[in-house]
Amino acid sequence: MLPSLSLRKSIVGTVLLFSFVPLFLLGWVVYGMFASAYHAKVRDNLAIFAEDKRNAIDLFLRDQVAQLRVAAQSHSLAQLSSQEFMDRLLSIMQQGTQTIVDLGLIDDEGNHVVYSGPYNLRSINYKNEEWFKIVRVRKLYISDVFSGFRGFPHIIVAVSKQENGREWILRATINSEIFDSFVRLVQIGKKGDAYIINRKGEIQTNPRFPGKDIQVIRPLIDSKFSGVRIHEGIMHGNAVYIAGIWLQEKEWLVVIEEDKHSELEPLLRTRTLTILVSAGGLLCVLLGILMVSRMIVVHQERQEREQARLNEELVQSSKMAALGKLAAGVAHEVNNPLAVIREQAGWIRDLLEEEDIQSSPNFQELRDAVIKIEQHVERAGSVVHRMLGFARRMEPVRFDVSIKDLLRETVVFLENEMHFRNIQLKWDIEEDLPLVETDPSQLQQVILNIVDNAIDAIGKNGTITLGAAYDAQSGCVCMRIRDDGPGMDKDVQARVFDPFFTTKQVGEGTGLGLSISYSIVTRLGGTIRFVSQPGEGTEFIICLPVRRGSKADDRHLGEK
Amino acid sequence: MTVTSVKNEISVLVVDDEQDFVDALVKRLARRGFATQGALSGAEALKTLERQPVHVVVLDILMPGMDGLETLRYIKENYPRVQVVLLSGHGGEELGVRGMAYGAFAYLLKPVPLARLVDTVIQAAEYAPVA
Repeated sequence: MLPSLSLRKSIVGTVLLFSFVPLFLLGWVVYGMFASAYHAKVRDNLAIFAEDKRNAIDLFLRDQVAQLRVAAQSHSLAQLSSQEFMDRLLSIMQQGTQTIVDLGLIDDEGNHVVYSGPYNLRSINYKNEEWFKIVRVRKLYISDVFSGFRGFPHIIVAVSKQENGREWILRATINSEIFDSFVRLVQIGKKGDAYIINRKGEIQTNPRFPGKDIQVIRPLIDSKFSGVRIHEGIMHGNAVYIAGIWLQEKEWLVVIEEDKHSELEPLLRTRTLTILVSAGGLLCVLLGILMVSRMIVVHQERQEREQARLNEELVQSSKMAALGKLAAGVAHEVNNPLAVIREQAGWIRDLLEEEDIQSSPNFQELRDAVIKIEQHVERAGSVVHRMLGFARRMEPVRFDVSIKDLLRETVVFLENEMHFRNIQLKWDIEEDLPLVETDPSQLQQVILNIVDNAIDAIGKNGTITLGAAYDAQSGCVCMRIRDDGPGMDKDVQARVFDPFFTTKQVGEGTGLGLSISYSIVTRLGGTIRFVSQPGEGTEFIICLPVRRGSKADDRHLGEK
Repeated sequence: MTVTSVKNEISVLVVDDEQDFVDALVKRLARRGFATQGALSGAEALKTLERQPVHVVVLDILMPGMDGLETLRYIKENYPRVQVVLLSGHGGEELGVRGMAYGAFAYLLKPVPLARLVDTVIQAAEYAPVA
């Protein structure tokens, strides 16, 4: 069983390897491609999102600047210097949007000339403010978000205006909550966030999750770039995509964070599905291999058994062939001296008939001695003749034989002995057996040998069962001769068909019966085998083909 | 010995390479009234026949030199009326069959009971009375 187990292992191993590897590769490659496509898609979406937001905020800022510029350039200083006019201007602007909180006109000394709005800021001088210096140089200023004098987060937008050889500045305050509302729309999913940050790393809007780790965003802040950049990092303990894009109107970075996990959830589902499908496929393959390998192994084992049986038969038949040659040689060498002994003894017997010897006192002794010599020559002669059974190349005759009749006729010879030994005879013969084309007298010899052995095996008080049945598959009629004697142990079983092997007393058996039977059955194209269990008895099974092939089986005792 | 008169008229030549066998058989056949001679080889048998043809030759098949079947063929060619009874220690029936084909009268296996040999010789002689 061991070699077949290792065969099975290697089949399973090989097939598993060759199916697992492609399956794994397929799953891996397909998933990998899907994953990278999906990643790309997610990043693209993020980038488009970020760009949209940036454009909206830019547009808003541009609008505010444009509105302010229009107001500054299209009105005269005299108009702008009027409190009434300024109040009206603010209310007109606020009609479009509530984001402008107040308006103010400032002269080049930093003094508030006119102020329109809810706060009392007229007396404030901006001369030393940073933004005041910048606007005078650049003509435009947009601030970061700060609370300043007003006490709420806002930005200021300022533009300059030249009139009467002096520089005037129109300044508007914009409630920075507008930016919160811009970015809030982008705060998507359970963990997504969006906010605006300046170059110093100061967050300009209220993020959804405060307490940002600026270090994570730092790589985006540190360099100004065009278009969208997407980084990956850990924010608030979550793996996130961080998309950044710089505004065009202001050095502000729009940052959008997206939770990687929830974004990639469909991908993870795909991965789980891929793994499940692959595992299912692998399981199918495994089951298939197990079944196939089992079939192969069973087949292999059957073939090995068949091979072993054939080898055994070959060994047996070559034994027979060797014995046949030996027997022929021995027979000749022994028969000649036997013939001489017989004739010499015969001559003595002839001489004993002379009258003067008959009167000798030892006449009777001499006569007995001669008779004994002749008896034993006879005995030796019969052994040699049986041995010649091998050597004799008898072409078997062929008749259509009824196995049932043949068995019945044959056991008649042994009925007396069975009766004497109190051995019952049972019959178990199938009805309507086909006739078998074979040599009845040779087959009879075989049956006699085996039944005789059965009787000897039982000794006294037992049962012999004679059976016969037709096996349609092999086209053979099989005879079964079973005794309930002591059975045979393994050693005896191995040598049963060996010539000169006998378990009988010296002088009772030649050890040739079964060897001869074997060679006869083989020559008749059949098979002979036995099943024996120590303590339970022995069964011989002789199978003969119903129709013999045209050629006699000449493997044995090949002709010279 | 009621048939002695018949047997006296039958001459027999026993051919075998076993001297002891030939001696014993010659003596026993002679005692039964046959005119018996012996020969130890095929060649010697042919010489004997040349001098004096016999009714029946009892011929061993396996002999050194000229074997039984060869001797048989020679006898049948030159003395077609001489009957040959083949005798062999070898079991090969094939030899017997070939012998019969060459014209032997009978084929007997050694060791053969003398009575049977005697019967066979008488039958053979009846087949071929000397001309």
